[in-house]
Amino acid sequence: MKKPISRRKFLKGTLGGAAVTVGLPFLEIFLNANGNALASGLPIPKRFGTWFWGLGMNREIFVPKTVGAGFDLPEEMASLAPVRDHINVFSNFDTTTDGRPNICHYTGWVVLRCGTAPSDRSDLAGQSVDVMMAEAIGRGTPFRQIDVNATGDARDTHSFRGRNAYNVPETSPVAFYQRIFGPQFQDPNSPTFTPNPKIMAEKSVLSGVIEQTASLNKALGADDRARLDQYFTGLRDMENQLAYFLEKPEPRPACHAPGAITEEMPLGLDAELIAERHKLMSQILVMALACDQTRVFNMTYSNSFAATVKKGHEKSHHTETHEELVDPELGYQPMVSWYTRRSMEAWSYFVQQLANFPEGDGTLLDNALVYAHSDQSFAKVHSLEGIPMFTAGSAGGRIKTGLHIDGQRSPGTRLPFTLMRVLDLDIDAWGSGANRATNDIADILV
Amino acid sequence: MISRAFIVRGALAVCLIAVMAVVGYGIYYSNRPPAVYQGPPTVKLISQPQYANTVAYIFGDDIEVPPQFPPVAREDGLLSLGYANTAITPVVVERFYRYGQSVAEQVLGPDRRSYFVPCTPASVKTADGECARDFIVPIGRLLYRRTLSSDEVAAYVDLANTAATQLQDFYQGLSYVLSAMMASPEFVFIWDRLEDDPDNPGQVRLDAYSKASRLSFFFWNSTPDDQLLNAAETGQIHTEEGVRRQVERLVGSPRLKQSIRAFFADMLMFDHFENLAKDSVIYPAYGPGVSGDAAEQSLRTITHHLVDNLGDYRDLFTTRETFLTNTLAALYRVPVEPSREFVPHEFAEDSHRDGLLTQVAFLSLHSHPGRSSPTLRGKGLRESLLCQEVPRPPPNVDFSNFEDAAGDFKTARERLVRHSSDPACANCHKITDPIGLGFENFDGAGQFRAREGGALIDASGELDGIPFADASALGEAVKQHPGTTECVVSRLLANAINRPNRAEDVAVIDDLLGDFAQHGYRITDLMRSIALSEAFFAVAEPSPDVATVARAD
Repeated sequence: MKKPISRRKFLKGTLGGAAVTVGLPFLEIFLNANGNALASGLPIPKRFGTWFWGLGMNREIFVPKTVGAGFDLPEEMASLAPVRDHINVFSNFDTTTDGRPNICHYTGWVVLRCGTAPSDRSDLAGQSVDVMMAEAIGRGTPFRQIDVNATGDARDTHSFRGRNAYNVPETSPVAFYQRIFGPQFQDPNSPTFTPNPKIMAEKSVLSGVIEQTASLNKALGADDRARLDQYFTGLRDMENQLAYFLEKPEPRPACHAPGAITEEMPLGLDAELIAERHKLMSQILVMALACDQTRVFNMTYSNSFAATVKKGHEKSHHTETHEELVDPELGYQPMVSWYTRRSMEAWSYFVQQLANFPEGDGTLLDNALVYAHSDQSFAKVHSLEGIPMFTAGSAGGRIKTGLHIDGQRSPGTRLPFTLMRVLDLDIDAWGSGANRATNDIADILV
Repeated sequence: MISRAFIVRGALAVCLIAVMAVVGYGIYYSNRPPAVYQGPPTVKLISQPQYANTVAYIFGDDIEVPPQFPPVAREDGLLSLGYANTAITPVVVERFYRYGQSVAEQVLGPDRRSYFVPCTPASVKTADGECARDFIVPIGRLLYRRTLSSDEVAAYVDLANTAATQLQDFYQGLSYVLSAMMASPEFVFIWDRLEDDPDNPGQVRLDAYSKASRLSFFFWNSTPDDQLLNAAETGQIHTEEGVRRQVERLVGSPRLKQSIRAFFADMLMFDHFENLAKDSVIYPAYGPGVSGDAAEQSLRTITHHLVDNLGDYRDLFTTRETFLTNTLAALYRVPVEPSREFVPHEFAEDSHRDGLLTQVAFLSLHSHPGRSSPTLRGKGLRESLLCQEVPRPPPNVDFSNFEDAAGDFKTARERLVRHSSDPACANCHKITDPIGLGFENFDGAGQFRAREGGALIDASGELDGIPFADASALGEAVKQHPGTTECVVSRLLANAINRPNRAEDVAVIDDLLGDFAQHGYRITDLMRSIALSEAFFAVAEPSPDVATVARAD
């Protein structure tokens, strides 16, 4: 029986900050001699994730002046110093409306997630890049993908399976913990394994009810047949999840289930609160990856209309982008920059969590590939030119890191296109119209 | 004066059109012959209130249900319409499965099982098919909103028996069956099923169970009860007299409040309270519990006025009768009993609190975390209560027009007057700001203030040609506005028949408006009129390319 711990203790305790490596058993017996595969011969799994922040940046104090390796860190991204060698910065890539309206705070991120400019605010063409990745590398785990955010609002997600079909994110650390490490969790490093008879019975009943209701499908018309098919897909995923828990899991040396989280966090978008929520959600997520409960994830730090606030300050991040004066001496909007810097601190924290987590002969980050971006470049005028993007991790040594890449106004969709190909998706092009990507960003390829 | 046609017409694409409409765009659908449009049948995902009401009806209100479900998109101003179109991702299914599992564990746990299982199993450690059947048959009927077939019952009993044998636990086996039934699309979706209409050869109609569900969810926002299901089984629900009898029973039930609450919470966008927080430094009185209390205050005001008092809908915008907790009383700065419970309260005549729009719920919901927003309030009023859509800002506005190096605007009116200097902004802000500024005597937390930045607040303005001096007079203007009653009629009709208003609905809405006026604008009478109208059960088999039909046979 695990002893419950409070949220604060969880943050400050064995999983807190860089101390995340402390106290976690690193069981080399589970690894092969090279440390790049599990003792069973299975390779350490590939992971893909996204990280999103809203409202872009101030180009003059964000974009590095030098390209390639050893790039400088202008003041708005100074907090990335500890992870500079683990990330790539992508500037001067364009996202276009492709002849459609610029739908404020929507067009930019939608293009960078699915490659096609939307025609209205509910338009989502196809599925987001993470869903494509999940189809390719997410199987064989209980959760094909996991979506979380730091805002606490279930509407804040950038992962979708089509129009009206957003993947609902985890917003509560308590619920997120329960979903991953609740009673059904199978410790992969447990010396013994006995299939849980309750899960066996539960699964057989669920299968029976699915069979009982499957005939409904025959009686439906086109629209609702599609929706019902989606529902049955979900039920079968649930069935597979239960089936997964009936199999002995591969040992995962880095996996160490944390104590239960029982204390809910307050509501609100105060920057300090978001930072704390982001830390806690990140820590649970990192452990879920280490325990191979999922291989694909999405983290939303703030949404595209980011209503993040600073305590005691009456205007939110979004309001400030449009209303704050450019300081003539500084040359930028100081409060907007304050909010952007908080976003970059969170991004830096997130990368550090992965980078400090040992796995195999490296770290979790070495076996991961994270794609981060925003929805605008200069939010004051809803600019889509040069929306800032990052990657973190080397995908098992498949891409270089520590580079600043100048896109020279080529499509921003080249980045997700390249990342999908790096993780072995068999595609020759991605996106549509002016946002269609056909060329890898070769500079990052090993 | 705003036309009814404008409301029915729905969204406006550009600011210019919106302005024209607001100032009196012509009758758009004039001279159309009255007709009842037969919409497609719907398959609608159950909402959180519907789920909670259903669980409470079947198993009691002490069974815990998650307070929030996955979000859906609002369509034509209502989430309830979004449930008929939302796609279902695997994580949503997983959540519904876990919701059902939680309910089943509570219902069949040691503390409650004897209340719900009407028999004692031969042994708790073995299967007992007869006893399982006695539980599954009545519960399944209420969950699936129809009588289960003998094959279905046999299959579920068999599953319960197998699981009970595997686990040597009768109740655990039954619990798994209940949780799986609650994850079944039969429960999670509310289905319209069609059958051939014997009175109109070649046409279809809703089958009897679908009619029972439509009535029950409209009046109670919950599953049909035994009497409704009986009326479906005997076919009485297909007769005019049978429907009338059920409508009278449903409208007279205390459960009517469930439906009224859900409808107005939806129409007023109270789902946004789920994530509303105010800056605790700027508004220290608006603590974590306030937003929930504020929403509850307005919902109690609404149900008390509309159901308990059978009041005129329009008087909601002027009534001073309400309910307060001590937390809310601190924001309103009025003395009430020191109670966390709601107590009745009538605001004083000079309190500036006249009607729903001067309550903390509306005022704080349509504000920023740290300040008020005339634009959001104006938009909220137009979209929620007048059924007008305010266009979104254009993408490439030159905001430099609003920069002022001195930055010495004292009031929101001074700040917003800048918008009128740019035609691109002015057209839309003309729609929102003049009425939103009427609420400026209330800060972002809904607290009264006479001054902002030291300057006296001017809260005067006009609502589509009706001038007002302050928020109290604005409430009176809303009460007089023809869009106010037309909006609630059109939204309530859409909610009842699970689809957005269409041009063909104008005649129906017109008739309903006439009835509404004739009955003193009583919502209960309006609901009765809707349920007894030809439109309520009107349905047609859709064409194959957009087919959305489940046939009962």
